[in-house]
Amino acid sequence: MTANSVFANVSASVIVLFARLVTAVRAIWDGVEPVPSKRVYFANHTSNGDFVLIWAVLPPSIRRRTRPVAGSDYWLTSKLKTFIGRDVFNAVLIDRNPESREHDPVAQMAAALDEGSSLILFPEGTRNTGDDPLLPFKTGLYHLAMQRPDVDLVPVWIENLNQVMPKGEILPIPLICTVRFGEALRLEAGEVKGAFLERSHAALLALKDSGDAA
Amino acid sequence: MSAPFEFILLLGGVFCVLILASFVASILKKRVSPDDTDPVIENLVARINAWWAMVALLAIAMLFGRAGAVILFGLLSFAAMREFLTLTAKSRADHYALATAFFVVLPVQYFLIWIDWYGLYSIFIPVYAFLLLPIISALRGETENFLTRVSETQWGLMICVFAASHVPALLTLQIPGYEGKLILLIAFLVVVVQGSDVLQYVFGKLFGRHKIAPVLSPSKTWEGFLGGVLSASILGALLWWMTPFAIWQAFLLSVLIAVMGFFGGLVMSAIKRDKGVKDWGHLIAGHGGFVDRLDSVVFSAPIFFHVLRYFWSTV
Repeated sequence: MTANSVFANVSASVIVLFARLVTAVRAIWDGVEPVPSKRVYFANHTSNGDFVLIWAVLPPSIRRRTRPVAGSDYWLTSKLKTFIGRDVFNAVLIDRNPESREHDPVAQMAAALDEGSSLILFPEGTRNTGDDPLLPFKTGLYHLAMQRPDVDLVPVWIENLNQVMPKGEILPIPLICTVRFGEALRLEAGEVKGAFLERSHAALLALKDSGDAA
Repeated sequence: MSAPFEFILLLGGVFCVLILASFVASILKKRVSPDDTDPVIENLVARINAWWAMVALLAIAMLFGRAGAVILFGLLSFAAMREFLTLTAKSRADHYALATAFFVVLPVQYFLIWIDWYGLYSIFIPVYAFLLLPIISALRGETENFLTRVSETQWGLMICVFAASHVPALLTLQIPGYEGKLILLIAFLVVVVQGSDVLQYVFGKLFGRHKIAPVLSPSKTWEGFLGGVLSASILGALLWWMTPFAIWQAFLLSVLIAVMGFFGGLVMSAIKRDKGVKDWGHLIAGHGGFVDRLDSVVFSAPIFFHVLRYFWSTV
């Protein structure tokens, strides 16, 4: 291990500890178990802390093999962000802008899966700051499911983080957050893009509703 | 770091009760729920285990005197308010007001208790925070649900910080002939109020038939209330030797503490019903959240404090 990677590991632990202190985050495994099988966790996206919370509730052995997918156009814009994005979180950095990109994002994600990693993906594509609880999905999740149909896609609803740290705020407010994992789904034989995206979108929203009803 | 001899005695007594409780629970578990299936027994075991941890934590904090008590209850206030404000109305416009509540008002309140500034800590939240936080929220210009938002935030501060801080504030009293023993007042309050909670639970489970407030809290019965309050008050009277009180005074103060504690549980249940949740949180296994465990303490502590201050204390 290099000094840099030790520092990155320590930073990751500090960030996770801090997230736990602020949010007392609780995982609810409501359809899958926290086992080390290869998965794509797809979640709602309201705050930069989202994948930290998912990370924090995963058992450490699984956490090390789970990589967030994040926009390089955001995470490579400063030294600190680059260190956090690439070294601490070991993110799969994709360029969200089709004009400028050199690599195909879906191929990058598939390659990470082939290396044995699980992924955390935010199919809304960007942070949701409006009143709509869940924006329509971009097509990345579908294309990934097409290329790697044998990987479980697990919906993950993150509750409350948008109130802990709304977009643009620096200081987090301590409030309790819940991370709810739902039943895994896969692309069905013959399922077309629109139907698949609608089904996965509905599966994620259903998790929110089951939390609201409880 | 020194504890009065009475504190060691009391702690020994509490440990004996816990050992007995764990013993009885393990027998019940073998008989009724050998394969972990009976929810009541499982909950009982989880509750008793959590009691061990809570007693140990409280005892350690008490050994460090006022610093220990201020830090412990400061942290409990933080955890309680985190649960409370999770359920209250708020909007993005309240971000700075809420941050101020957590990171300014809470530490300042406990600092004022630490430096024993009674004149300020008794009005800091009811006056200064009460006026300041709505100003901060108003500056952001969001009017929807404004009154609900600022009221619920203030309620959270009053319950989770102001009221709870009266437990360590007991250490600032000056009672002639009782110097160096003030932590026994905290021990007395906690034993009576939590004892009352436990005894109400036990009497309710054994004899409970007539519900007091079926809509609010189906587990609260007249049998549990009367049996719990009376037995906890007798327990309090029997602890007179560690207090500055005569036996009858210890009894009456215990009645006051236990009754206020009961109503604290009732009021906090009403809020839970209103917000549609069963427990305030999940961090204390078997009990729910911090507010679930503290609801009776926060209602009794300020009254206990002021009665003592008026009748016993010289400042």
